[in-house]
Amino acid sequence: MAKLGHEWILRLGDDALVLAQRLSEWCSHGPALEEDIALSNIALDLLGQARALLTLAGEREGQGRDEDALAYFRTDREFSNALLVEVPNGHFGDTIVRQMLFDQFALLRYEALAGQSAEPEVAAIAAKAVKEVRYHAAHSAQWVVRLGDGTDESHNKVQESLNVLWPYTQELFEDDAVSQACAAAGVLPLNASYHARWKEQVLAILEEATLNCPETSALLTGGREGKHTEHLSYLLAEMQVLQRTYPGAKW
Amino acid sequence: MTQEMDLNQRFEDYIAADQKIEAKDWMPDAYRKTLIRQISQHAHSEIIGMQPEGNWITRAPSLKRKSILLAKVQDEAGHGLYLYSAAETLGITRDEMLDALHTGKAKYSSIFNYPTLTWADMGAVGWLVDGAAIMNQVPLCKCSYGPYARAMVRVCKEESFHQRQGFQVMLNLSNGTAEQKAMAQDALNRWWWPSLMMFGPNDASSKHSEQSMRWKIKRFSNDELRQRFVDMTVPQAELLGLSVPDPALKWNEETGHYDFGPIDWSEFEQVISGNGPCNRERIAHRVNAHNEGAWVREAAAAHAAKVAARADQQTHAA
Amino acid sequence: MSASKNEWPLWEVFVRSRQGLSHKHVGSLHAADATMAVNNARDVYTRRQEGTSIWVVKAEDITASTPAEKDILFDPANDKVYRHPTFYDLPDEVKNM
Repeated sequence: MAKLGHEWILRLGDDALVLAQRLSEWCSHGPALEEDIALSNIALDLLGQARALLTLAGEREGQGRDEDALAYFRTDREFSNALLVEVPNGHFGDTIVRQMLFDQFALLRYEALAGQSAEPEVAAIAAKAVKEVRYHAAHSAQWVVRLGDGTDESHNKVQESLNVLWPYTQELFEDDAVSQACAAAGVLPLNASYHARWKEQVLAILEEATLNCPETSALLTGGREGKHTEHLSYLLAEMQVLQRTYPGAKW
Repeated sequence: MTQEMDLNQRFEDYIAADQKIEAKDWMPDAYRKTLIRQISQHAHSEIIGMQPEGNWITRAPSLKRKSILLAKVQDEAGHGLYLYSAAETLGITRDEMLDALHTGKAKYSSIFNYPTLTWADMGAVGWLVDGAAIMNQVPLCKCSYGPYARAMVRVCKEESFHQRQGFQVMLNLSNGTAEQKAMAQDALNRWWWPSLMMFGPNDASSKHSEQSMRWKIKRFSNDELRQRFVDMTVPQAELLGLSVPDPALKWNEETGHYDFGPIDWSEFEQVISGNGPCNRERIAHRVNAHNEGAWVREAAAAHAAKVAARADQQTHAA
Repeated sequence: MSASKNEWPLWEVFVRSRQGLSHKHVGSLHAADATMAVNNARDVYTRRQEGTSIWVVKAEDITASTPAEKDILFDPANDKVYRHPTFYDLPDEVKNM
């Protein structure tokens, strides 16, 4: 059996890193002090996952790149996160819907990873992440319900968030050579195989939230091969500014 | 009248015996007002204080530093929350306190009206500003009002990593490239005097101090704490290889303390009265977050009411 | 401007720091509902592994004794010294009791 490359680990790490970066933008902007703290906690969990995954990806790659080299010295064309996580925060409802859509997916993916034995190092990272993401998933689902089944204003707002974000979800379930290799190695099932369970869970949340699942044929994709939205380059420019300005400096 | 005198005597006896006053105990109106003013100001300082450091979270130069900084700013939100909770035991709501902050009626530590211009400011703020804050806060763990004292015990326990991480940032910069070292010196130059001002006016001109000392809300004078801070910090600056921007600073063998130059209180007055570099932005940022969150808070309250009503209906139907 | 129109209710938070200990009051917070209160309590009061279990109680649901009752509630216990083991002198030969 051929050893898997590092790209698939990088994808997991990039998803976590970019979403952590987005969530950390909320700090001091939250709708209530308590929720500000909650969003930071989720960002910290994701950042922890990202660091572990990027470190491992760097080791696998064997080019001497550590977590920071991978985070700070790749361009947007080299990032392989899904588009969904790089979409700007918008208002709290936008952020929560994005989080719910992603959490439900991330949970399935981490559960699968935690349960396999072909890649024990990733299984260890995933086992820790499962606990974290279960909490994130409960948090975001509860909020989608509160906002969807809250006031007329909040209902309309999150329905619109859902309409805008839904077209980004299809990408999560696409497969390519990298995910097919993972499936062949018994590490992860094909992304497409999660789709039914994901949709079932998301629909249950939407129903409780009295929200409608959007019908759309729009397909937004490309993140896994480095073709991103216009937003990612700005996100990275901000994130990378010090490392790029003072290359070689230690902080 | 005599009953009030009895109560007052009992309160004074408690204070004299170093007993804590608890939320529902009788207390003089002025004591209650002083506490509300001080605790809410303290809470506001934590909340506004999230902004200057929050300013660098997305640009932190390593993922480790990003985690540390985010956790630290999150702690500040937590500390604000503990303190608002303590103030709420005195019969004021958080909304009332926030309203006072947002409308400019309440004050907060004026240090947070200075901008954080470089990454080194994350070091200087942690090292100096948190250092000064700890100096002020440790005695508050023994303050006479129980809920405030307990909140401060928690705050101080959590703060202990804040100053250390700041010093470590400074240390890394001082040991780094010439540009990094210059960045660290520049940050020290900008934050030194504002940090000394954090202890408040000189004892002679501090209008709230005396009564607060008598009530054991405050345990040391502004000048005492300031001197302690200088004595502690100057050797640390030397260790960093940085120079404190005060030509008058020198060790005094006789007193066993550092002498330091006069503080420019006109700058302090300017900043406190709203004319600091960032006063407007800090408040605008807060007000904006609060207003943008209004529909969210409303929705959650509406949802909770709906759920309660449904449960009610079920009980009645059954 | 009515400040408290939409303020979430206040909840008192109790945390069991480890198995075998009682829940202890740690502070309060605001939340729209009980689930949110537990979640917020977890994020606000147990960021440093301070807890294994959380209770939240709406502050308005707590009935407390009033300080004015302190004398009648608690002073009568002052003279019941016989409730304490030190009240009883035993001969030295009885080592552990």
